[in-house]
Amino acid sequence: MASRRSVRRAIVGIVAVALCATVLYPSSSMAAGTVDVGVLQSLTGTMAISEVTVKNATLLAIDQINAKGGVLGKQIVPIVEDGASDPSMFAQKAQKLIEQDKVATVFGGWTSASRKAMLPVFERFHGLLWYPVQFEGNECSPDIMYSGAQPNQQILPALQWAEQKGYKSIFLLGSDYVFPRTANLILKKHIVHDGGTVAGEEYVPLGGSDFSAVINKIKVAKPQIIFNTLNGDSNVSFFKQMAAAGLPSAKLPVMSFSIAEQEAKAIGPSLLEGSYAAWNYFQSLPDPVNKKFVAAYQAKYPGSPVDDPMAHGYLDVYAWAAAVTKAGSFDPEKVRKAATSLAYSDVGLGETKFAGNQSLVQTGYVGELQPSGQFKILWQSKGPILPVPYDPLSFPGKTCVL
Amino acid sequence: MIRRELGLVLVLVAAACAPLYLPAYELSLLGRFLALAVLAMGISLIWGTGGILSLGQGVFFGLGGYAVAMHLKLASADPGAVPDFMQWSGLNTLPWWWTPFGNPAFAIAAAVIIPGTAAAALAYLVFRRRVTGSYFAIITQALALAATTFIISQQQYTGGFNGLTGFTSAFGFALGDQRTQFGLYWVTVGIVAVTFVAVRALQGSLFGKVLLAVRDGENRVRFLGYDPLPFKVIAFAIAGVLAGVAGALVTLDLGVISPAMFGVVPSIEMVIWVAVGGRNSLLGAIVGTLIVNFGKDWISSVFPDLWLHVVGAVFVLVVTVAPRGIVGLMQSVRTRSLRLRPVTPPALVE
Amino acid sequence: MSETTLVAGQLFNGISVASILLLAALGLALSFGLMRVINMAHGEMLMMGGYLTYLSIAVFGKGAGFAVGLVVAFVGTALFGALLEITLIRRLYGRPLDTLLATWGVSLILQQAARSIFGPIGVEVTAPPWLSGTLSLGGTVMTGFSIPGVRAFIIVLAAVVLGAVALIIARTRLGLLIRAVHENRPIADALGANTRLVDLAVFALGTGVAGLAGSALSLIAPVTPTVGQSYIVYAFLVVIVGGLGSLTGTLVAALLIGVFSATAQIATSQSFSDVLLLLCVIIFMQFRPRGIVSQGSRALEET
Repeated sequence: MASRRSVRRAIVGIVAVALCATVLYPSSSMAAGTVDVGVLQSLTGTMAISEVTVKNATLLAIDQINAKGGVLGKQIVPIVEDGASDPSMFAQKAQKLIEQDKVATVFGGWTSASRKAMLPVFERFHGLLWYPVQFEGNECSPDIMYSGAQPNQQILPALQWAEQKGYKSIFLLGSDYVFPRTANLILKKHIVHDGGTVAGEEYVPLGGSDFSAVINKIKVAKPQIIFNTLNGDSNVSFFKQMAAAGLPSAKLPVMSFSIAEQEAKAIGPSLLEGSYAAWNYFQSLPDPVNKKFVAAYQAKYPGSPVDDPMAHGYLDVYAWAAAVTKAGSFDPEKVRKAATSLAYSDVGLGETKFAGNQSLVQTGYVGELQPSGQFKILWQSKGPILPVPYDPLSFPGKTCVL
Repeated sequence: MIRRELGLVLVLVAAACAPLYLPAYELSLLGRFLALAVLAMGISLIWGTGGILSLGQGVFFGLGGYAVAMHLKLASADPGAVPDFMQWSGLNTLPWWWTPFGNPAFAIAAAVIIPGTAAAALAYLVFRRRVTGSYFAIITQALALAATTFIISQQQYTGGFNGLTGFTSAFGFALGDQRTQFGLYWVTVGIVAVTFVAVRALQGSLFGKVLLAVRDGENRVRFLGYDPLPFKVIAFAIAGVLAGVAGALVTLDLGVISPAMFGVVPSIEMVIWVAVGGRNSLLGAIVGTLIVNFGKDWISSVFPDLWLHVVGAVFVLVVTVAPRGIVGLMQSVRTRSLRLRPVTPPALVE
Repeated sequence: MSETTLVAGQLFNGISVASILLLAALGLALSFGLMRVINMAHGEMLMMGGYLTYLSIAVFGKGAGFAVGLVVAFVGTALFGALLEITLIRRLYGRPLDTLLATWGVSLILQQAARSIFGPIGVEVTAPPWLSGTLSLGGTVMTGFSIPGVRAFIIVLAAVVLGAVALIIARTRLGLLIRAVHENRPIADALGANTRLVDLAVFALGTGVAGLAGSALSLIAPVTPTVGQSYIVYAFLVVIVGGLGSLTGTLVAALLIGVFSATAQIATSQSFSDVLLLLCVIIFMQFRPRGIVSQGSRALEET
């Protein structure tokens, strides 16, 4: 008897869930004077630390463009979704934004895993994703605009700088995931090609906090510099344990590829002081447009530093708006064509443009971390670098065909 | 009896007709969550009926997902070329154990057999030494951690942290096609229905009764002349198979399988679906899976900061106030019984 | 030279990791051994200890702040543990699997609370000046091998805490009651021992030790809302390998696991040594399913 009732109750339950699902989702109306865009970043979970700031920078750009009258006479309405640091959630939410909210474009993603998970969704619905973070390359899709650096725009310039400084013996240390492994694969080829030596290569599980063995191996290998692709909190443990072991950055230099101003603030500048980082943007860039961007951001979020992925998240919105204006349409197909034919100078990165492979042309910088948490720019590449998704030395014969 | 079956048929018809009245996005969510409900029914079988709490069902889910994903990856790669992630991990020849997954029938069989065998082996090794309860829960949790760490570290063979994605077609159907999505949805509904009927039949059989007895007093079952080991191993293997099937369906639907989908935290979330719905009820497993997942999709969009608080509170409340979950609460309301606590088996004082 | 340094260094690291595991697992072993309660929020007790240390340093400055932080972390988390025991754990007595789920819920709430109060990014705790040196063994065969002061401190702290807990159990009236309840709960109850009070004391002591551990760990690891998660699974492994509520077992298990993973890492990566570790634990349980030190009991069923 009880189970008959439970069946009937369950029917009611399932119907109620289905009803709730349809009622609670506000279907976005394409009001005459507005255009919806998606902003998809992790607001919760391990990646929220970094991704929330990119979301803020993206929203700032949208506000600024709206204040100037919007794009094609329409106000931009951001629909913010949470990827929850879970790649499958990114795929699910990307599908929601495109299929249900019918957004014109989506700004978002941070980890390679999130981008890879969203890629099939964008290819299936022919949407357009603006991806703001440096990554490992080896990908080119017509449905993604890659404004973050390709390996040849961040990692290889750093190697070039290290070689100029006379560092020959390099230890490669990273979290165990795709970006560090691919970056180190490329680095190894180039180090050997340039006549240097790879003193060691170690990976620590994501979120790992015990570096005793790694530091021991570093001590035995005696490298001149460490190239560090550790992610997030692992950096805190690594730098604390290096300092405890009597190897602060002043004694054994560390070049980091995932520590920008935000992360430096989180880890604590005093631990990182004297370590190096390679990026395509630093808050300290002496560009007047950049000063305006930083001031506008800090007016909204006092005391918050600005960093490379945020600058790219900010740039993406401006680039999209300019491309829409030029194309005279929100159609992703027309927008991406227009985007690669424009140059942008209003976003703090100097004069930049998207190359034909839909990646950004940009300059590489090396900075040294100061006690203030800001980077002192030590070096910059000779002019902007063209993006190369497939490193010719490591992946011969592969090219990007859109 | 007839009315009971009638209700089930009605639900089935309503679910099968969902493509007619649900918007595309909700439909795809419903399909995905129904696939997860297959896994939840497995948890209901081992936990509700068998008293075995596993915090590592994600591992079997992942095994099923990877088996199918390996096939999709090979089918999507250019003829003669290795999958893209192997190329950028510096691997230029296909490992031998990848080769058979080129065959779709092998991949589908593997998605069922591998998780089932792995679950049976684990259960045999652990239960053989009469390791139960909390010990078993912790071992399965460690297993979830070790499995994800291992898969991430073997990037050149498994796609690492990114997992496997970028599929174009599945078994000859274009994945982006609307009809493929509908077809997959109906296959999912069919599997849910078959699983429900089969597991219910199993619970009603002698096997189910012994399993229930093992939950309430394992040693008493021994005294009655039954060896609990095969019952527990078979139940756990069935739950493993169901998790693998769910993993395969979700991978097809979402187009991605990655370690982040089945590590320690997702594995424990799977348990809460069942706890919310009602661990002793198969329907509860389905209802709980749908409610928690739709709730997550909604709350995490609207109040992202609130999500963890809500999940945490739900855990505490379900366990303390309503251990029989939603289905149990409804029964209590129906029978006007205010006794919400479960009837705990008498403690054995030796 | 380098080979010996590597091996010697890893042996030391094994002991260092073991001391961390011991601190993290000791509280868990206490409550699990006595109450059969799996406290999934144990990791968050470590986290809480870290944040309390941060607050103490903010109030008392870098030098003294850390020392004060150790005490504050112990007392603060012990009080929180007592509160948790009274409001939640006690209600679930005899339902260990449900306790496991409920405390997991508590851990999620605590993580989110830490995020709301201190922000998603971690807070900065650095080693006080009196701990930031290294002990060098230059001039001997072990040239190039040095011991970080922070790690030496954690080893000493683990030893002191273990000794103190052992003393409490062996020499005090509370310890006598704990042993009695551990041996046979119904009889102890019948003989007038206030088992509820004993449970409360043990649980609070266990969480207090976790807070102390969190305080010490803040020297070498980040203080973030999710820091507890990275220790919890290993702490559990130590407890089940060690055996039910045996201090000796816990110590031996921590040493075994610490030295195992450190020596495995001489030859392989950390990821792989983690996987090997779990395989070994499952194999180990084929031989000693109740852990290294199992209580000689004729009871048919452990509850």
